[in-house]
Amino acid sequence: MMLKKLALAGVVSLMGTTAWSACAFENETEVKILSAGFEAWKAVTDAMAECGNVQAELDQEFRTKQPAAFEANPSLYHLGGVSNGTITPLLNAGTIRPLDDLVEKYGQHLQPNQLIRIDGKIMAVAMMVNTQHLMYRADVFEEMGIETPKTWEDVYAAAAKIKESGKMDTPLGATMKSGWNLAQEMVNMLPGHGGNFFNEDNTPAVNSAEGEAALATLKAALEYTDPEVLVSDSTYVQQQFQQEKIAIANLWASRAGAMNDEAESAVVGKVKMAAAPMAMDGGAPATTLWWDGIVVASNISDEEADAAFRVAMEGLDEEMVKANNEAAIWLVKGYEPGPLAEGAIATATANPAPPAYPSTTRMGLMHTALGNELPAFLTGSRDAAATLVAIEEAYTTAAKEAGILE
Amino acid sequence: MNFKTFFAFVAPSLFMMILFIALPLVSVFIQSFQITQPVMQNIEVETCTPGFLTQTCTTEMKTVPTLDEDGKTITTTEWVGLQSYRNLLQMDKVWAAVSSGNFAEILQIDFWKALRFTLMFTLVTLPLVIIVGLLIALTVNNAAKSVRGPVIFVSLLPFIITPVIGSLSIYWLFVGDGILTAMMERWSGTNISMFAQAWTIELLMYFYRVWHVAPFAFVIFYAGLQTVNMDTLESAVIDGASRWERLRHVVIPHLMPLIIFIALIHLMDCYRVFEEIVGFRSQAHVISLQWLTFDFLTPDDAGNRAIARASASAMLTMIGIVFLLILPLRRTWRDHKGSAH
Repeated sequence: MMLKKLALAGVVSLMGTTAWSACAFENETEVKILSAGFEAWKAVTDAMAECGNVQAELDQEFRTKQPAAFEANPSLYHLGGVSNGTITPLLNAGTIRPLDDLVEKYGQHLQPNQLIRIDGKIMAVAMMVNTQHLMYRADVFEEMGIETPKTWEDVYAAAAKIKESGKMDTPLGATMKSGWNLAQEMVNMLPGHGGNFFNEDNTPAVNSAEGEAALATLKAALEYTDPEVLVSDSTYVQQQFQQEKIAIANLWASRAGAMNDEAESAVVGKVKMAAAPMAMDGGAPATTLWWDGIVVASNISDEEADAAFRVAMEGLDEEMVKANNEAAIWLVKGYEPGPLAEGAIATATANPAPPAYPSTTRMGLMHTALGNELPAFLTGSRDAAATLVAIEEAYTTAAKEAGILE
Repeated sequence: MNFKTFFAFVAPSLFMMILFIALPLVSVFIQSFQITQPVMQNIEVETCTPGFLTQTCTTEMKTVPTLDEDGKTITTTEWVGLQSYRNLLQMDKVWAAVSSGNFAEILQIDFWKALRFTLMFTLVTLPLVIIVGLLIALTVNNAAKSVRGPVIFVSLLPFIITPVIGSLSIYWLFVGDGILTAMMERWSGTNISMFAQAWTIELLMYFYRVWHVAPFAFVIFYAGLQTVNMDTLESAVIDGASRWERLRHVVIPHLMPLIIFIALIHLMDCYRVFEEIVGFRSQAHVISLQWLTFDFLTPDDAGNRAIARASASAMLTMIGIVFLLILPLRRTWRDHKGSAH
């Protein structure tokens, strides 16, 4: 077994060095990319590196580094890996270029839904989608005769049943780490209840009946989660699944692959994916849709942009997807959705469909306000009404400072 | 030393201090009275998001910054007086809470919540650090010569560890079913969650800080113990003074300047408490002033930072440190003047 693995590793590493031919051309210009550090980006940047002269930096702090790095002249990176959440500061500062002519020249193989058009111009090329959806232990559910939950009420009912049976003390996992993660839960829940974050004039609209309902749904989770849930992020929930501590969670699709990773998971093949639960009957799944993709910097010469885009296209080709089919839910041609993608596809094709994450300047401010004010509600030191008022006040102060409210 | 030589020696460090401490401080001071914001405009934007096979495009009004011809964001800077301080302190709410007698309300405001913890953290750990440091120093001083070297080495170890790494290790030891939590659970037979409520987190923070800083106090005290006047100690023994009386009336007065020195350093360090908050991920329960400044400075996904409030919060932190240092500094000043005569 060990020998086989070693031999395999040897072959793979050889492929890395001799796979020059895997790239259609030999790249002479230096190309640098800064992106997030998860599995899919590793696959793409490795495929790009086959063309030569490519330097990839995979860094989870990319969202704080990117705006400043792209603002430099010349830009510190030619390519950037972004999501629909992190493209906003680059768009606002005008540091990424329209790609229409480059797509025409090198991007014939791209699928039409990969082209991210903003105001008619192609500003990014998407490669994968991501969303928070339901993951559950199919074996536990079958054993106890529980049906796949469709709404959050179902989720809590299922969690209660599992908890009562004594099988697990904390059957529910949640990415409720205070700050960004917790705020994201509210971003799922409020529109899920039919609420809005803003009025037309950028004033907040969180303090509403829907807001109260969303908070109540959030808080109901605490009965079934780990008491330390306010420090638990995606990695923590993933590990709870892998170590058989939880049976249900609304978790990122990009974490699905880890459930079947034999090296670290005790639940290989037992976790199934389904659409994100709805917050109310007939509503959209209470989640948001995200995409990840590639942008090209403005502050570089046209020749560099040309080379960078060509390299990027090599990274996003069929060959790469075929070799890394399970690493993400790809938008690239050649992708064959496996069982791990079922939940994400069910979520995205639901009717009504969940919204894309509404990335705007005001949403950035609201996200921060939510992340800072929600913990007090969940720890019980503030009631729902006071929390909604506090969120609106925090947002208003920040919005006035940022110049989007008078 | 004549003035010229003195100046030649001091100039480089003076230059660095002005460049890296004084000037940024002035800049932060000025920025705390200003608000710089981009000129915003409302435009209709069509955004397309990929689904499966199809795309969904939505058109909506977005508020975006205006760019000039060179593609730079146009910004305006305005003097706003104490507005950022008001946003931070929210005195109207504080007075409302005081007049209604509902003091817990005050601690719902980030600044006061952070100040409460920062002060308590500083004042609780200060005596603990001094006492523990002194105890280790006395123990080592009384230990046999052969074991002193290894004992000093071992007790210095916590001080060598980088604070962020140290706090992360403590976090991992206790979070979830961490090794130490699991041990405590086996011991007590109950389910323990150290990071589920504020007081256990705070307790761990105090413990961690004392563990980390006590070695520093120990080294200083140990050096001080070597200079205690042996004649005085011997005559105290002959006079029949007990061990405690010797400590109380000979050793501690001798070490007093060192105790003040350590108190000064500790107050300055502790008031800037930050690593524990980040390492323990305690934002939901406990925050500190330094963390608050950091949080204002961290850009969100849309790239917004609250620079003005961050500056105001940094200035308030500095004022707080100055207040805390006044007492021990006055004492040192008096001692200094006393010894000059």
